[in-house]
Amino acid sequence: MSVKPKKTRLEKHHIEDLIGRSYMSLCVLLLVVIIVSMVYFVASKGLANFFSGKVSLSEFFGGTKWAPDAETPSYGALPFISGSFLVTLLAALIASPLSICAALFMTEIVPSWGKKLLQPVIELLSGIPSVVYGFVGLSVIVPFLRDTFPGQGIGVFAGALVLSVMILPTITSVAADALAALPQNLKESSFALGATRWQTISRVILPTTFPAIMTGVVLGMARAFGEALAVQMVIGNAPFVPKSLFESASTLTSVITLSMGNTTMGSTHNNALWSMALVLMLMTFLFVLVVRMLERRNKI
Amino acid sequence: MKPRTADKIATTVIVALALLIVAILIGLLGYILVRGLGHISWDFLTSAPQKIRAGGGVGPQLFNSLFLLVLTLLITVPLGLGAGIFMAEYARPGRLTNFIRLIVEVLSSFPSIIVGLFGLLLIVNYFDLGFSLVSGALALTVFNLPLMVRITEQAFRAVPKQQKEAGFALGLSKWKIVTSVLLPVALPTIITGTILSAGRVFGEAAALMFTAGMSSPRLDFSNWNPLSPSSPLNPFRPAETLAVHIWKVNSEGLAPDAAEIAAGASAVLVITVLIFNLAARFFGRYIYRKLTASKRMN
Repeated sequence: MSVKPKKTRLEKHHIEDLIGRSYMSLCVLLLVVIIVSMVYFVASKGLANFFSGKVSLSEFFGGTKWAPDAETPSYGALPFISGSFLVTLLAALIASPLSICAALFMTEIVPSWGKKLLQPVIELLSGIPSVVYGFVGLSVIVPFLRDTFPGQGIGVFAGALVLSVMILPTITSVAADALAALPQNLKESSFALGATRWQTISRVILPTTFPAIMTGVVLGMARAFGEALAVQMVIGNAPFVPKSLFESASTLTSVITLSMGNTTMGSTHNNALWSMALVLMLMTFLFVLVVRMLERRNKI
Repeated sequence: MKPRTADKIATTVIVALALLIVAILIGLLGYILVRGLGHISWDFLTSAPQKIRAGGGVGPQLFNSLFLLVLTLLITVPLGLGAGIFMAEYARPGRLTNFIRLIVEVLSSFPSIIVGLFGLLLIVNYFDLGFSLVSGALALTVFNLPLMVRITEQAFRAVPKQQKEAGFALGLSKWKIVTSVLLPVALPTIITGTILSAGRVFGEAAALMFTAGMSSPRLDFSNWNPLSPSSPLNPFRPAETLAVHIWKVNSEGLAPDAAEIAAGASAVLVITVLIFNLAARFFGRYIYRKLTASKRMN
């Protein structure tokens, strides 16, 4: 005589469900593990110099002299930090007006075919690898700047120009999305009041979408700040605080790219590079935070 | 100024700047192709690079790039699908989900050089995998995974709710709904996104310099034993990719034709990315038609 089990049997689809669910949870867990270990490893390396007292915080962030191989080595990272900020700000200044105009072109001026023309352009621009940008910068922009301006052509301005083209797609696509999401009746009421298109754009559309457009600008700046190879190829890599836009300078990413392979793990010089990586990482957090704040403002 | 004049001027400026972007792209592509295409030949694409003499090719680098891409996608796609489906279908709105979303956002905004440095520290040194294809593939996984998660999540969220509800009404289990109802509808978008992300991976260099390495051993393309050190298939050998090669040739190339090699390699890279872009569009539409009843993909 067989007794039927009272418990609901674990059927095939229950097991499938369970396996699928656990697999997916594992994938998500992996993401958490990756980010925690990234922060932990970079921070432990980046803080080593400060904890061991080999480099003080004020020397690292305030010092203008980067001479790790000198007899009395000094590890001032200000040249790189200022270089990074300078190229990023300049690139954003150059790229933002262009991107906003492109977004306006797509959504306001010729909505019928503007998007069809610019969308593929933007996608292709964002698809071009950064080394290719660096190569073109080195063989077109640098010689051009050398002929037009005093100096060698390499420097902050060349880096900013290359970066501005690289962040164009980011800002444009975010700005275009923001403009397209604007309620139609806002524009219609402005036109009904007899405003011209430019009056509508400058007094209604841009002020309303400002936080959203700024999100795009900040995302672009985040990309510019972290870009390594394209900048390194055109900026010249001299470890000085830039005094002119057309003089050789350095960024955090460029000095890491150049020196990380040539220093021994664990040396003060190497750890100073990790401190710069930590600065890059903290800046990423800051950029994400700003984007989140802007998005929250945009919702209200 | 009269409002009408201001309007005309503003419109002209906007149109001019928008067209300037188009001109920049045409100029960029034109320059790369004109300078590079002349240098591309079968010999250039298959022969090994030369250190000091002219006439070196990019054969091993091209192979490394493709092989590394395959390895990366083999790791990224299953993981990205899993996490993405979880985010779209299983995660309940709340603190934890918001936290995971923040993680994906932060991870995707990390500069690729940071990913490379992390790979150097953890994968190359700590796990002792050395400069190798595996290290490079794992670093690229960290680089590509957040994008893959986002692509999957968006693709699943775009599936009409009725499809899921119909599945529930039939008494299907959640897993069955995900795999048999939602996945086929979401697949075209996922494939399009994956191919586009593949283009990004193909051109990535900063994350690979310190993980896959900046050198390529002599490869014997008749040796297909994956464990032999000179076999192209050996995943534990260092592998300089095409993008890293362009960087290296530009910054420390000694060959007299370094600029031409960089131009040729750049053209190869850009053409490959273009092919990926076109393939993404075409393939997405094709699969959509195959898997669904509708003719056009929206």
